[in-house]
Amino acid sequence: MGNPKVLAYRRENGRVGIRNHVVILPLDDLSNSSCEKVAFNTKGCKAIPHAYGRLQFGEDLELFFRTLIGTGANPNAAAVVVIGIEPEWTNRVVEGIAQTGKPVTGFSIERHGEIKTVEMASWKAKEYMHWASELKREECDLREIWVSTKCGESDTTSGLASNPTVGNAFEKLVNMGATCSFGETSEITGAEMVCKERAATPEAAEQFMSLFNRYAEMIDRYKTDDLSGSQPTKGNIAGGLTTIEEKAFGNLQKIGKTINYVGALDKAVEPTGPGLWYMDSSSAAAEAVTLWAAAGFVVHLFPTGQGNIIGNPIEPVIKLTANPRTAGDMSEHIDYDCSAILRGEMTLDQSGDNLIDMLVRTCEGRLTAQEVLGHEEYVLTKLYESA
Amino acid sequence: MIQFLVHEKDDSVGVATVDIKAEETADGLYMDTQEKTQIKTNHDVPLGHKVALKAHAVDESVIKYGHDIGRVVADIQAGDHVHIHNLKTRRW
Repeated sequence: MGNPKVLAYRRENGRVGIRNHVVILPLDDLSNSSCEKVAFNTKGCKAIPHAYGRLQFGEDLELFFRTLIGTGANPNAAAVVVIGIEPEWTNRVVEGIAQTGKPVTGFSIERHGEIKTVEMASWKAKEYMHWASELKREECDLREIWVSTKCGESDTTSGLASNPTVGNAFEKLVNMGATCSFGETSEITGAEMVCKERAATPEAAEQFMSLFNRYAEMIDRYKTDDLSGSQPTKGNIAGGLTTIEEKAFGNLQKIGKTINYVGALDKAVEPTGPGLWYMDSSSAAAEAVTLWAAAGFVVHLFPTGQGNIIGNPIEPVIKLTANPRTAGDMSEHIDYDCSAILRGEMTLDQSGDNLIDMLVRTCEGRLTAQEVLGHEEYVLTKLYESA
Repeated sequence: MIQFLVHEKDDSVGVATVDIKAEETADGLYMDTQEKTQIKTNHDVPLGHKVALKAHAVDESVIKYGHDIGRVVADIQAGDHVHIHNLKTRRW
């Protein structure tokens, strides 16, 4: 495919973003209200409310900070305002985001009250909006765009056509030097030995198996039945998927046949170089895409069978389906219909090219169905109870 | 018109790409070899659901993508609808 160019935003640290958001990021649940008031006062910026940030500790707290800092650091964010109840953890998030060189300012509510905080933060958000609105897209290489994938409400059409379409596109992207990622750890169950064999090195294979075994042990610890209805979901079963093994082999179609992953990352950890990366993640769509956005991925390819309608506030989600019923009765959620493969009217190779075409258009500003419909499910992964 | 697809030549089930009625002789295609095949269905098989291409006894494996996707829990005849009533995970 050569070396396609895209018009996108080059950030201070050299990374490339495809959106130009001014993000109003709450440190904690208590600060959601302030962030939403700032976003109301200052049109065009984006508040990202969430449910956590208080009394977390240990590994769960580290994942929380990694996710919040990664969200602000994502190249789709031009500038960030952080609001927290108190200054210390607020500053930890501000300092983490500031490593990218982008404009970021923190505000804390204690000793000011919410009204005063909202006023100060609104002035800063307005300044950032004027500044960001004059940033220009410039010519970048498509390979500089970091692309993640997971599927949702899969059915057997996912394994037949929409997941292999992503696999074909991933082969082409990785071969041009792009950074791509897949995951969904519980959804590898039954196909883990096949996934292990797709590692580029023995070290990457060991990293994957270690993450897989950690997840499998967690499920064994808490399960009360065979997970039927949870994994596979009720939607999966309605679509004809019967077992987790069947779903797992369908899931793996998203990495094609000819590329291998160079490493396996813990949740929300940024890759250290180009290539295909495994990332440990839940198969719950909003949690997983939030983790990829925090790891620095700027666009997501999301094949769906029965019609998962998920989106993300900062990482645009491109939805594709091979299920003709979903392409028909849920068309407002679908960016690319590849059901022609099932009718024998289109090859996988053509479908992969069509998906890359949609990827390029999305990178250059086409809003995805999810963005136009306002689906902004930002869901933090919580490892255990707060203290 | 193709009514079902089979991922690999060794698979023991195909996937309906349209709604197939019981007692139909449905036309299928192996995706790896591009060979055509047919199966007479015993049940309605909705779009996306699996149809058995051979008989399976209890405890045997159903093969899809060339791999074991679970354990047969009720006898399956060629042409039967294969789903949660006759196939279960070997995991969890």
